[in-house]
Amino acid sequence: MKFDSIIIGGGLSGLVCGLRLQKAGRKCAIISSGQSAMHFSSGYFDFLDRTPDGKTTKDLKEALGNLPEEHPYSKIGKERLTGYMGSVKEFFSGCGIKLGGDPFSNGYRITPTGNFKPTWLSLEDFSLLENESVPWKKVLIANIEGFLDFNTSFIAESLESRGTACRTSVIDIEEMQRLRRNPSEMRSANIARVLDRQECADKAVSQIKQQLQDEEAVLLPAVFGLRTPEVKDRLTKAIGREVFFVATMPPSVPGIRTQMRLKEEFEASGGVFLAGDTALSPELAGSRVMSIGTVNFGDIRLEADSYVLATGSFFSKGLSATPERIVENIFGLDIISDTQRERWYDTDFFNRQNYISYGIRTDSRMRCIKEGSTVENLYAAGSVLGGSNPLYEGSGAGTAIFTAMYVADSILSSVNTTL
Amino acid sequence: MTEMKMQENNISENNFEQCIKCTVCTVYCPVVPVNPEYPGPKQAGPDGERLRLKKGIFFDQTLKYCLNCKRCEVACPSGVRIGDIIQAAKIRYGKSRPKLRDFMLASTDMMGGIATKVAPVVNATLKIKPVKQIMDGVLKIDHRRSFPEYSSQTFESWFRKNALRDQEKFDRHVAYFHGCYANYNYPQLGKDFVKVMNALGYGVRLLDGEKCCGVALVSNGMINQATRNARRNIKLMEGALSSCEAVLGTSSSCSFTIRDEYPHLLGVDNSSVRDRMELAVKFIYRLLESGKAKLEFRDDFKARIAYHVPCHMEKLGWGIFSARLVKMIPGVEFTMLDSNCCGIAGTYGFKKENYEVSQAIGKPLFDQIRAVDPDYVACDCETCKWQIEMSTGYKVMNPISILAAAIKGRD
Ligand SMILES: Cc1cc2nc3c(=O)[nH]c(=O)nc-3n(C[C@H](O)[C@H](O)[C@H](O)COP(=O)(O)OP(=O)(O)OC[C@H]3O[C@@H](n4cnc5c(N)ncnc54)[C@H](O)[C@@H]3O)c2cc1C
Ligand code: SF4
Ligand code: SF4
Repeated sequence: MKFDSIIIGGGLSGLVCGLRLQKAGRKCAIISSGQSAMHFSSGYFDFLDRTPDGKTTKDLKEALGNLPEEHPYSKIGKERLTGYMGSVKEFFSGCGIKLGGDPFSNGYRITPTGNFKPTWLSLEDFSLLENESVPWKKVLIANIEGFLDFNTSFIAESLESRGTACRTSVIDIEEMQRLRRNPSEMRSANIARVLDRQECADKAVSQIKQQLQDEEAVLLPAVFGLRTPEVKDRLTKAIGREVFFVATMPPSVPGIRTQMRLKEEFEASGGVFLAGDTALSPELAGSRVMSIGTVNFGDIRLEADSYVLATGSFFSKGLSATPERIVENIFGLDIISDTQRERWYDTDFFNRQNYISYGIRTDSRMRCIKEGSTVENLYAAGSVLGGSNPLYEGSGAGTAIFTAMYVADSILSSVNTTL
Repeated sequence: MTEMKMQENNISENNFEQCIKCTVCTVYCPVVPVNPEYPGPKQAGPDGERLRLKKGIFFDQTLKYCLNCKRCEVACPSGVRIGDIIQAAKIRYGKSRPKLRDFMLASTDMMGGIATKVAPVVNATLKIKPVKQIMDGVLKIDHRRSFPEYSSQTFESWFRKNALRDQEKFDRHVAYFHGCYANYNYPQLGKDFVKVMNALGYGVRLLDGEKCCGVALVSNGMINQATRNARRNIKLMEGALSSCEAVLGTSSSCSFTIRDEYPHLLGVDNSSVRDRMELAVKFIYRLLESGKAKLEFRDDFKARIAYHVPCHMEKLGWGIFSARLVKMIPGVEFTMLDSNCCGIAGTYGFKKENYEVSQAIGKPLFDQIRAVDPDYVACDCETCKWQIEMSTGYKVMNPISILAAAIKGRD
């Protein structure tokens, strides 16, 4: 089966790349074996929360100057990257996704445990705080009865230490009884499914209204709006006070909804999304990929002019570790990593973990390298790339989005020059 | 570094320990939002399995609400075979004997064999109100269901009388696993298949004495019968493949069952045939794409067609082949319907206790079909066909029948 471009991996990076190519008139297929990291994200996009040497960043243009050469942002180049940053909100709104925040500077979010952390842009469910102080004098923090992935007392403690008076309350919705029978089912996405029913959302709203006194805002776990966007605006209107969602522990309701939206948009623009299928056994001739197989297609091969590897990191099985080395699972591409296993990890879990920065090596146009030579028509985007530590730096979504745009543009420009 | 092997060796057959407890599967399960009694794939599958392995009494009767649609598996980031775990648990622990009703619904070939002989009577009877009330009250088959009609001549006997002698004129052959539906309810599908394969230069052979694939037997707990059928079918296919290029089906559920449920649920080894047993649409797509065969289309064919990917087709990952074939026909205006379950899931929706849930699951699909308002719906599954026709009034055609109608040549 022939396409112009085939993208392996349907996470944030694969979808952004596919959308950009598809909207530029290329026929694309995305092969995706399972759901992606978006399902587990906070609902905020990180770009660069701190530099590789540990400095907290605020002005992002400035921070870009000091990145190592092998960092994906350095490969994109400062000028092009700032251009992308300027257009990122427009790109997403073109896909039906509203992003909040300033693409050139970081704001703050409140974590599920009540800490304040720098971050970049927010999905529409969330708001960004300008700094580490709390914008309200009095808030109500309301949780869903029996929901353990959102800790009201931690959050209250943290806000109170910053001078805000907090009250906590619980919302008790009958329809959730079935979920509560089994505590491991009281998870964000399951709760959101119940709250997507209008009558249940109405119950939540009326309980919150009764519980509110003179608080300016109500803080809620982000368990609303699994299928429907703009839920924050609707709740704000219904309750009559500012509604501020706090991210829950995974899975992420806004992340799931956003992933579904991107996939729908990709399909609506004519792209083919092969869900639940795994790419394997590529065929290479010289320095080019000729075709790729999948589990479901069997002997029927998929062919394209260009291929994009967006298979994610260890979590999504783009990479794996054997006792001796780090492996890219489909093509066996060259990897940036440490050869000594002792350097891979720090036994203190909370320290910087080097293995997170491992990933595939590319040339300046993000084309992959196998046994020392460039594979001409195979590009890589997202967290499968080596050269940055997204967990330490807080650069996951930024890397995924902008390397995807860069790869799409590389492909488009190579098409235009060969025509 | 021998101790490292532990990582590779600690995964059980149905890999429930691969589960990272993320609950993503539950988001994509069509039953969970409409049936509050159903605990959902995570709890019914990997979580429950831990308990069940400890003690069988932890088996939860609500597992019967699982449609076995496998949508959870398509979504799981860890590749857990959730649907298989649930079905296997029902087989292993759900010891209650199938009721008469389940027996009747499951024994599609036996019931079909009887009904075909008296088809006009059966069809008329199944439509009569008092009969429906009895079925509802005594057998717990929902009276709001309309029944698929039985044909008065089976496909097999039509084939023997009308097609058989022409088939040996061809140099190349495929074997056809027609399944119960084409045989007893809708022989036209089988006729269409023969027409299309002949147009492609292939003669069709039947498997001598094929048995029901067993999909309904499995879901109604009649495992011994299903296993016997599976063994027999595999044997027949092995025999056929010595002279045929492939064994083809026209029903996504039969093909899925033979390819995946035989080894996973029934423990029947199908490795000798699996690579060459597939849906006709995939086979035909491959032929046309490689340029080895061509289809001549009529130039007066015109239709607005909306394609629904059945759940098992979604799991097989082959919906794209049907979509491509239908789209390829000149004069077709094509719409791909959103990925939704129709709610029938084989015999599930026929049972009185499931009727409401079944219709609620299908609602988004029905609404979309009404909004698109096509001339007809394309779909590779016969039970989806009943459900969609009954619930929307739109006619549903198998992609093979659409091809047959669009190509030149006599019927
Ligand atoms: C648990 C978790 C939470 C995170 N939270 C945040 C956050 O809050 N904010 C943030 O900015 N960043 C976060 N990140 C970083 C995250 O990695 C990036 O933001 C980004 O989502 C990565 O996107 P990706 O497309 O590169 O990879 P992924 O999202 O991992 O997608 C890779 C896809 O490829 C598929 N795949 C892999 N192998 C194959 C194959 N052989 N065939 C077909 N498909 C295949 C996988 O199934 C998967 O769908 C988080 C990461 C993780 C793991
Ligand atoms: S999606 Fe897979 S890993 Fe997640 S809870 Fe379900 S079975 Fe477990
Ligand atoms: S097979 Fe279908 S009905 Fe059963 S648990 Fe999975 S998604 Fe739900």
